[in-house]
Amino acid sequence: MGEFKVHRVRFFDYMPSAIRAMAFNSHTERLALVRADGALEIFNFADHYFQEKVIPGQDGRAVEALCWVGQRLFSAGLNGEITEYDLENLRPRYTVEAYGGPIWTIGSNKQGTLLMVGCEDGTVKMFEILKERIQFQRNLERQKGRIVSLSWHPSGTLIAAGMMDMIRIFNAETGHATHRMLVERGVGASKSREVVVWSVAFLSDYTIISGDSAGKVQIWDGLTGTLVRTHLVTKWDVLCLSVSQDESSLIAGTSEGTVVQFQFISSTVDQQEEEWVRTRTFKNHSHDVRALAHTETAVVSGGMDTQLVVRPLLDKVEKNTQESAMRKIALPHRSLVCCAKKAGLLLFQFPDHLEVWRVGESDGHGKPGDSLPVKRKPEKLIQLKGKGGDHIYSSALSPCGEWLAYSTVSSVRLYRLQYNNISITKVSKLPKDLCLGHQLCFSSDSTKLFASSRHSSVIVVALNQLECKYLHTLKPKSGSRQPVHLLCTSEDGKWLATANTDCEIHVYDLHKRKLHCTVPIYSSCPTAIAIHPTTSHLVVVHADQQIFEYSLVQKEYTEWSRKLQKQGLHSLWLERDTPVTHVTFSLKNPAHIILHDMFMFCIIDQSLPLPESKTLLYNQMTLRSLPEQERIRHSHAFKICKNFKHVMCVSLLEDHSLVVVERPLLDMMSQLPAPVRQKKFAT
Amino acid sequence: MAALYEGYTLCGLVPGQTLTNSGIQGIEAERDSDHVVVTDSTRSVTLYKVSDQKPLSSWTVKQGQTLTCPAVYNSQTEEYVVVSDNKVIRIWKDEDILLDKAFKATVSSDVWRVHCLPGGEPVVLFQRGAVRLLDSLLSAPQQPIEEVLAQEEAIRWSTNIVADSQQFVIFTTEQKGDSFLYLHRLNPNTLQRYRLEREEPGLSPLSFSASYRDKHICLLYLYPNGHVYQSVVSVRGLGGDEGAQALPLPRSLLLGLPVGEGLLEAASAQLLDEAHVAVVGVPHPSAGAGKDFLCIWNTNFQTLQAGKEMAGKIYGQLWTFSNKLFIPHGKTLSVIPYECPKSSLASALGKLKQAKTEGELKQMSCVPSWNNILHGDKAQPSRPAETRKTVSNFIKTKYLNFSVQTAPVEEVQREVEGLLSRADIQDLQPLVGQLASMLVSRSLADPAFYTPSTLAQLVHTQSLCHSVCPDLVLLALERRDFFLCQLCLQFFPDIPEAVTCACLKAFIRVVIKTGEEDKEKSSTPPEPICPVGLHKAVLLNEVLLTAYSDTFLLPHLKDLSSQHVVLFLQYLQFLYLKYSQDASPQMHGLRSPSLTQIMDWVCMVLDAHFTVLVMTPEAKGLLVNLHSFVKSQVRLVSELGKIEGSLQELNKMKVKKDVGQYSIEIIELF
Repeated sequence: MGEFKVHRVRFFDYMPSAIRAMAFNSHTERLALVRADGALEIFNFADHYFQEKVIPGQDGRAVEALCWVGQRLFSAGLNGEITEYDLENLRPRYTVEAYGGPIWTIGSNKQGTLLMVGCEDGTVKMFEILKERIQFQRNLERQKGRIVSLSWHPSGTLIAAGMMDMIRIFNAETGHATHRMLVERGVGASKSREVVVWSVAFLSDYTIISGDSAGKVQIWDGLTGTLVRTHLVTKWDVLCLSVSQDESSLIAGTSEGTVVQFQFISSTVDQQEEEWVRTRTFKNHSHDVRALAHTETAVVSGGMDTQLVVRPLLDKVEKNTQESAMRKIALPHRSLVCCAKKAGLLLFQFPDHLEVWRVGESDGHGKPGDSLPVKRKPEKLIQLKGKGGDHIYSSALSPCGEWLAYSTVSSVRLYRLQYNNISITKVSKLPKDLCLGHQLCFSSDSTKLFASSRHSSVIVVALNQLECKYLHTLKPKSGSRQPVHLLCTSEDGKWLATANTDCEIHVYDLHKRKLHCTVPIYSSCPTAIAIHPTTSHLVVVHADQQIFEYSLVQKEYTEWSRKLQKQGLHSLWLERDTPVTHVTFSLKNPAHIILHDMFMFCIIDQSLPLPESKTLLYNQMTLRSLPEQERIRHSHAFKICKNFKHVMCVSLLEDHSLVVVERPLLDMMSQLPAPVRQKKFAT
Repeated sequence: MAALYEGYTLCGLVPGQTLTNSGIQGIEAERDSDHVVVTDSTRSVTLYKVSDQKPLSSWTVKQGQTLTCPAVYNSQTEEYVVVSDNKVIRIWKDEDILLDKAFKATVSSDVWRVHCLPGGEPVVLFQRGAVRLLDSLLSAPQQPIEEVLAQEEAIRWSTNIVADSQQFVIFTTEQKGDSFLYLHRLNPNTLQRYRLEREEPGLSPLSFSASYRDKHICLLYLYPNGHVYQSVVSVRGLGGDEGAQALPLPRSLLLGLPVGEGLLEAASAQLLDEAHVAVVGVPHPSAGAGKDFLCIWNTNFQTLQAGKEMAGKIYGQLWTFSNKLFIPHGKTLSVIPYECPKSSLASALGKLKQAKTEGELKQMSCVPSWNNILHGDKAQPSRPAETRKTVSNFIKTKYLNFSVQTAPVEEVQREVEGLLSRADIQDLQPLVGQLASMLVSRSLADPAFYTPSTLAQLVHTQSLCHSVCPDLVLLALERRDFFLCQLCLQFFPDIPEAVTCACLKAFIRVVIKTGEEDKEKSSTPPEPICPVGLHKAVLLNEVLLTAYSDTFLLPHLKDLSSQHVVLFLQYLQFLYLKYSQDASPQMHGLRSPSLTQIMDWVCMVLDAHFTVLVMTPEAKGLLVNLHSFVKSQVRLVSELGKIEGSLQELNKMKVKKDVGQYSIEIIELF
């Protein structure tokens, strides 16, 4: 196959924000997750935990709690506002001020008719959920001290509220507090500090479970308001609780990074009476576990260390299957790096700014395994700060490197770059229609900008030195309301392909300015698409790791794709747990497809036989040890390179050198604040 | 290991006229673990503070009246309850001085016992088997009492137990040689009757003991032939058909205690915990036929854990409250504190033997008794069959036993050889033990009789262990049969530290006698020369290889004289030097101690005798040498510590190779 010069880039200082809250919708199997910067992410647990949607955050928006009501998603935060999200257009739909000071918690009743929030001023406020909005209904009896956590009894008659030093039970109808349960403070120095009831859960058998800042998980009888049992689980805080749907299992997240499971079982064999018994402890985080979700089969946790961890419960899933493997989602499932192939430039997207870098140069030659002397160091050319508090949703750099575009939830901005003496100019007059851009993409000759807009449509804008002109809008015939999350054009400028979260892939003929075809819909969401520069084949990789190649000319799957489907992909390929986020092609050899996920990049050589189920998939080491003439007998189409870890982008420059952008997890971890102190032996 | 501690006298006894009666009718716990109520067999009830060994108060009924059941203490009401003249229930408080002025109630039927558990309600058991709660009985004292037992059926023993907040009255009866167990549950009342399996004709249980664990009531009973059985009754399954017929009660043989000559007469077995049983009135296996012993047996390993001779007559009475045994003997009532730590194989064996070669491991694992005993609980169902077989063997070999006890040496040898040549030697395991202990006791009794080869053969079967015939090793020592000693040390997994030490002492003494010349020769040696002869070295090695626990060995080691200690340390030093020079310690022969074993022994001997050694001039050089060993060990460890640091550096170096922020690399794909 040959040698490659690789630019190994580690200067993309991407740092995800801490996970602040999550909510799991068991009907749609979607997990909503919100980060400290206010960014919202939606993961589809039914489709390989694929990160379907992202709504960027905003400066100063601190979301504290999330709540699904049917398909609708609400959040509330310390800015005192309740927000409903528009998950089709990926933006906040509206925001309502609750007038109770910072909001700590949000919850809904089981029927989905009422929303309640707990405020700093000690009120629990009820909002009626209407079709298009929410409307304030009333306050419950006001308490002294903030309401930190809330839980509605499934019957809807009682509400438990976690406060400072106590738990209150309200009658939901009268709004009066009926019980007051005092929560003991910690011992020693923390005796003088108020204990915060960070989380409460009201079970259908009128048991209330609370987690507090003194490290206790307490079980209360909600009818009598008496304490049943105390479990001291940590020296620090118990920050969050989550109860399984059947109320047989409960998880508590602590500041030590542990998740402690309790199960409602009889404590000894052949004892009839069941009680909450501490069963398992998971330690998958280095820092505070701030958010938890208890799905039917797994414990989902996230916190300060920014990683989302899905830990299947081994008694609920089949052992030693893919389902039982733990997943850590550390990097986003979409590309934050854009590579201008012709110019050798890299665009890095941060939440609030963009950076343009030029890769370094070296004129040496070396043996495989060598590092070449760097003649010219990589250079940061531009740092562009986002305007207005909105964070960046999407960005693109034209292949020539002269145009830069980015979008936020409210606007699209376009800049013109010059490099001889570096300058950046904002293109001031943008067409009116170009106000929304979930995805942005330039044509390969840099004359057009494509921006995906509402209902999977794409707006086409022509660029030249003088002006920026709206050309037309491409619309799919399916009428899907979902946003486009992948957008790509062909090298020859003829084709444009879009993929949306309904798993639809539409291909437009840019010459005829109309829809060319729709690729047959596959059940799993596409995670990367690309059009081959010479053969005009569309390569699609899905969240379930399947690869398809579709001929745009013939409007059918190619021979190679059929062969691949017939033979099936290698089991080790299917078992990988991070999605392929980028596909590109080799200019030298048209039979080569280059794709990557978080832990490897792979060159698929279509001219070679596919690996059979018994052959070694990761065979590079074996091939290396074989003499040259024997290699060909043992090689197969999937050339997988695992030299690089935590890969965010793999791209091929015009000079045939590869750019691999890595973001080592260790580097990210080192940027986290120190975790809570834990006594270790001999320290 | 369970242990019996030094006892003390609680009070004197006034034995009854017949001398078979201790004069104590019963002992019951009072308000806490330190108070007991003692009821004598005639007229008085006395409250004792046990740790002070003194009576706090005493109550007596009038002349002419007698107490017919032990007084109990009702901790809920803080009242005492007793029955006089079978029908009069008396209740009084601590502050009442005269019993006659206290509350009295006469009931319509004869009372057998009043039982009361701490925190529970008193229960009255009538002689005819009816059960009433005291309160409900007193509400109508003259209420009719039904007859539960058949004619000629009489209660022998009773107790009550609280299981899962359910109160049970348990009692056993006897009717025409058959024994029955009754389980009476209160609230709701149910009664279940069980028939005990018959032992040899004419034998009925001597004592009972019951305990509750894991939802089961566990009944332990001792027969005059020394067999201790255990029966387990589930509390769950109770209450079906109302005792219409007696269910057979399955049993399992827990222990076969040595009985000596004749049957046991006054003996008692009490459960202490799930693995330990206290037995009184049964001979100590190594102390001849005398029956005045209090022993603790481990039922899991069937080993004798502790034993104590009790002066004077044993009445077969035994009570246990909060880790104290109360035992009337002679003219005193003694209190003996005991301790039964959780038994495990490790604690039963002491320090595990180290540095075993594979062959040795195999040997160990084929000591059949051990495995059987350990997994005996699981193999419960096959248990009765096994016992039946041993019984048949027992009959078959009655004749052999007889010959062993009387025949001359040659004949005994022939007989035993014939027996051991049989194929099913594994099944004969109990018999081997019996034979060995008979031979040992005969040898002890008759100084002219000794069968070294036969005993060696028996030991070689690996069916023996120390607790089966505890005198074997001491006998061998006495007869200076060191070969047998060696065999025992090698094959017995459970030699007590005291015996190990006795062996050590004997071996060293021999060494001194014969090794004198060696020592003179070895003055100022150019290289280490063994301070003892080869033969003795082998024996000492065997001692070094035995299992032990430091705490138990240390006190016995202190008995060695300083001269012996010096010699022993010299030998250990020699071994140490030899080992630190030789790369392959296996060269010394198969059974040689490991370096760690040697160091452990050096440390222990030094611990035991350090002050003496410091004062002994001839030990000076030795101590200096040992000190240098320690120094060298410390140096070695600190060097290793340094290496650890550099090894960790190596580990880090691998990461160090890591690229920085940017690099241009060449990779090759194949």
